Amino acid sequence: MNNRVQEMNEDLVMPGEVAAAPETVRNAGPAAPSPSVQMRTNGGLGAYMRKVRAITRKELQAEWRAKEVFSTMTIFGILAVLVFGMAFDLRVPKSDMVAPGVLWVVLLFAGVLGLNRSFGAEVDRGSLPALLLAPMDRSAIYFGKMIANLIFMLAMLALVLPTILIIFDVNMIKTWILVALLLGVLGYVAVGTLFAAMTASVRARESMLPILLLPLMVPIFVAGVALTAAVVDGRTLGDFWRWLGVLSAYDLIFVTIAFIVFDMIWQES
Amino acid sequence: MSSVSTSQSRAGAQSKTGRSGVWDILILIINIAATIGMVALVWASLVYAKPATNLAGDEQLAQRIFYIHMGCNVGALIAFIVSLTGSVLYLITRNLRWDRMSQASIEIGIIIGLGTVITGSIWAKPTWNTFWTWDPRLTTATITVLVYVAYVLFRNGIDNRRTRALFGSIYALFAFLTIPLTYYSARWFRSIHPVVFSGDNADAQGGFAVGSTMMQTVAVGAIAFTLLFIALLIARWRQLSMEDQLFELREDLES
Repeated sequence: MNNRVQEMNEDLVMPGEVAAAPETVRNAGPAAPSPSVQMRTNGGLGAYMRKVRAITRKELQAEWRAKEVFSTMTIFGILAVLVFGMAFDLRVPKSDMVAPGVLWVVLLFAGVLGLNRSFGAEVDRGSLPALLLAPMDRSAIYFGKMIANLIFMLAMLALVLPTILIIFDVNMIKTWILVALLLGVLGYVAVGTLFAAMTASVRARESMLPILLLPLMVPIFVAGVALTAAVVDGRTLGDFWRWLGVLSAYDLIFVTIAFIVFDMIWQES
Repeated sequence: MSSVSTSQSRAGAQSKTGRSGVWDILILIINIAATIGMVALVWASLVYAKPATNLAGDEQLAQRIFYIHMGCNVGALIAFIVSLTGSVLYLITRNLRWDRMSQASIEIGIIIGLGTVITGSIWAKPTWNTFWTWDPRLTTATITVLVYVAYVLFRNGIDNRRTRALFGSIYALFAFLTIPLTYYSARWFRSIHPVVFSGDNADAQGGFAVGSTMMQTVAVGAIAFTLLFIALLIARWRQLSMEDQLFELREDLES
């Protein structure tokens, strides 16, 4: 019972309330009170995961109250599908020829909208310094934000996929397409969250993020479109397994590097 | 922080003025070598290299652009490798010198990389009968140039000098790492680009056998563009470090 209460307290700690974090007291121990170092590193994997979860929960809570990111992304995604539907309707003989491309283009462009708000909202509200003061490794902030972005984008896809089914009459709700979307979105938010953090304090951040992000997303885009097209054409796993390999390799490489690099971003400012 | 870096760079400036005589002569030699190399490349590719025996007409004539195409390609590759080295060194040492090296080589790499794309397009029109196709090598080269153009834009948007260096280095690291992934994902799409030096591509269009004079010309091209890159790199690197010194002096005067 006591444990549970403490856990809840930890989750409810708002970033910035440094002194109130119960974990820091526990980790510091009675003998060696050197909080500045111990706060950020100790506690093991379980504590780290709890911090990541706290950030994710904070993001989801803020989103639940403001309804800013998800609604913008989803409306944009559905609108884009409609616009593509109108644009291709007159010229393309079979809509399943373009539907895979439409899905991934909409995913990339709608995603940028959400990622822009990920750190942009913190800067606008002036809460970024408070977030950075939270007693945790910066990479926990990164993973927390990344998971939140992943959830937003998957939620958006849950509405965009049925829209494509209605407009283009192509059913893309199939196992391997969903796996590819999960891997692709993971790689996208892994790189996107990092660059959203970097562009947050830059002039003209809203337009800078897509310019930075889209050329780096070419492997995901190509692999995703090819895999989706293969599944829509009814081919078997043997024909498109290498695209899953590309997506997994991308995720692995860039989650690792973003994890290493993220701590550096606020060192100089 | 800023006072430390200022005093460092002043010390650097003083020591540099002491060596400037030797430096100037070295730079002059490299510049002359690069000029001679480029002249030699034009001569070798237009006159010295024998025509490709298995091609005819326009295709045979257009093949001669290959030497410059290949040279540009080598130059751009070296430029981006140097930029990666500079970025990683900056992230480790936090010495702005490496950031300047990275920036200078990326700017040169964009220009030389554009040279690769443009010469390739000119060659492709007579050979493939189109300026453009979504071939993996074309895709990769173009996307690479675009990524680095984004790098330059990104840097210009950041005011703080050290933040600019840090974010630029991080972006350059990411940019370089996506190149192989872009290449392989585009390669599995489809390819009609001839692979001249290794491997087989059954669908390749416009390939040619390479004879001895042609091979020598390719070597001249690679050397000439490497020299050109080094000469430009030194010039730009110097210019950037002088810009930084000037900026710091101005900051000192104002404060």
